[in-house]
Amino acid sequence: MSKTRYSGFKVLKEALTGHKGWEPTWRDAEPKADGYDVVIVGGGGHGLATAYYLAKNHGITNVAVIEKGWIGGGNVGRNTTIIRSNYLLPGNEPFYEFSMKLWENLEQDLNYNAMVSQRGIMNLIHSDAQRDAFIRRGNGMLFADAGCEFIEAKEVKERYPFLDMDNPRFPIKAALAQPRGGTVRHDAVAWGYARGASDLGVDIIQNCEVTGFNIENGKCLGVQTTKGEIKAGRVGVCVAGSSGRVMAKAGIKLPIESHVLQAFVTEGLKPVMDNVITFGAGHFYCSQSDKGGLVFGGDIDGYNTYAQRGNLPVVEDVCSGGMAIMPMIGRARLLRMWGGVMDMSMDGSPFIDSTEIDELFFNGGWCYGGFKATPASGYCYAHLLATNSPHEVATAYKLDRFRRGAMIDEKGVGAQPNLH
Amino acid sequence: MIINHPLLGPRDSEEFVYLGAADLINRPNNWEQDASAEDFYQYQYIRENIAGDHRELWYHEQGDQSWLVVTRNTLSHEIINVELAQDVSRGIGRGK
Repeated sequence: MSKTRYSGFKVLKEALTGHKGWEPTWRDAEPKADGYDVVIVGGGGHGLATAYYLAKNHGITNVAVIEKGWIGGGNVGRNTTIIRSNYLLPGNEPFYEFSMKLWENLEQDLNYNAMVSQRGIMNLIHSDAQRDAFIRRGNGMLFADAGCEFIEAKEVKERYPFLDMDNPRFPIKAALAQPRGGTVRHDAVAWGYARGASDLGVDIIQNCEVTGFNIENGKCLGVQTTKGEIKAGRVGVCVAGSSGRVMAKAGIKLPIESHVLQAFVTEGLKPVMDNVITFGAGHFYCSQSDKGGLVFGGDIDGYNTYAQRGNLPVVEDVCSGGMAIMPMIGRARLLRMWGGVMDMSMDGSPFIDSTEIDELFFNGGWCYGGFKATPASGYCYAHLLATNSPHEVATAYKLDRFRRGAMIDEKGVGAQPNLH
Repeated sequence: MIINHPLLGPRDSEEFVYLGAADLINRPNNWEQDASAEDFYQYQYIRENIAGDHRELWYHEQGDQSWLVVTRNTLSHEIINVELAQDVSRGIGRGK
């Protein structure tokens, strides 16, 4: 299989020869009649990463990724592009740190420019109690080798003079930063993994919606799709946002509710923020894109929905969060806003697990933290699909953990998905 | 979204707090029995998560403090029906 190797030299050569040597980034395929060893349902970031690592780490290349629409058209194309590994609980932190390490080597591994930018993330602290909580979290991060930095108020002010340090309701007392956090060009993650997987022989089949599962005697034998039946030795569902709808076709109910999260971008501005800043007293997170737009988001709307659009009250809520810490944002005009559907799980943590049906596996429940998890999710899901046992950093992500009382509740709010 | 409250008329959904599926009315009654652990697990953690007409509980916190069962389409956000949770509960033989 021919593979264009991207490099500065290649760009120069193509520039001088009329750009005639570029090939499609990945191969658009149709389903094979004899089926596949593994069919992955969902061509988002996680599904494509899973296919890539199945082929690369486990040598399983007779794999199809089937996607209802076009690849990367769901949440990997809708998020606020932030990566970080600043979790607290032992079930989560090693997983997210593993993901961060994969991000750090992603572009070299894929030979694809995903614009991984470790510009740092800074979580603002607004009260003494929060300072204690964040120091505890920072210690958790240090245990997991994720690194962190505690920044006193004076230095926060020096670094980011636009912050409203003395806001009467939400004064900024300090900040916890993770210098290795940052942003990644989200679409390029999907394209890079698609290219990597396709080059290793994976079939990427677009416009192919799963309409049912072929299940006999408790075993999944394949999927029915709008492009006909596809036989599979093993099926891995990876459709966060639509998990409820897809798994219902296999008769499986999940500890998940679907909710909408909105995101926003302003018109392009001159450089003002060189990192990611988050509000500690409300829910607001913001970074500046390379085009200059301030990209930000906040809370989910809070009611069950599968609509990829939200309502205005949350727009006001998110913007007031922004105004509370950086009043200068009030002068910027909002350019676009959009919504994506989240799998909100009962403890705010995800699932990478087998199901009660043999050869049917499930990956989902990412709440609104799925983007940063993309590499590790794919890596661990591939490990599970190839070996039938969980990867060592994903052992806690079991579907039955609520039955066992082993939930991973970072926020400590209980089985109330709209509060995670 | 405007919720047409059976007693107070049309109210902005911002006045309400959302809890979740109306199935949460059906708390298992068998808490003394061994089988209740599984029933409570299903009740507390497992959701139908319907794409379509979804019956759900809204609490009118900034109004008359009543619980409502709202039938709302989760694909279009259209509100189809609103009932007092009290009436729904009585209808299935629960509550007073």
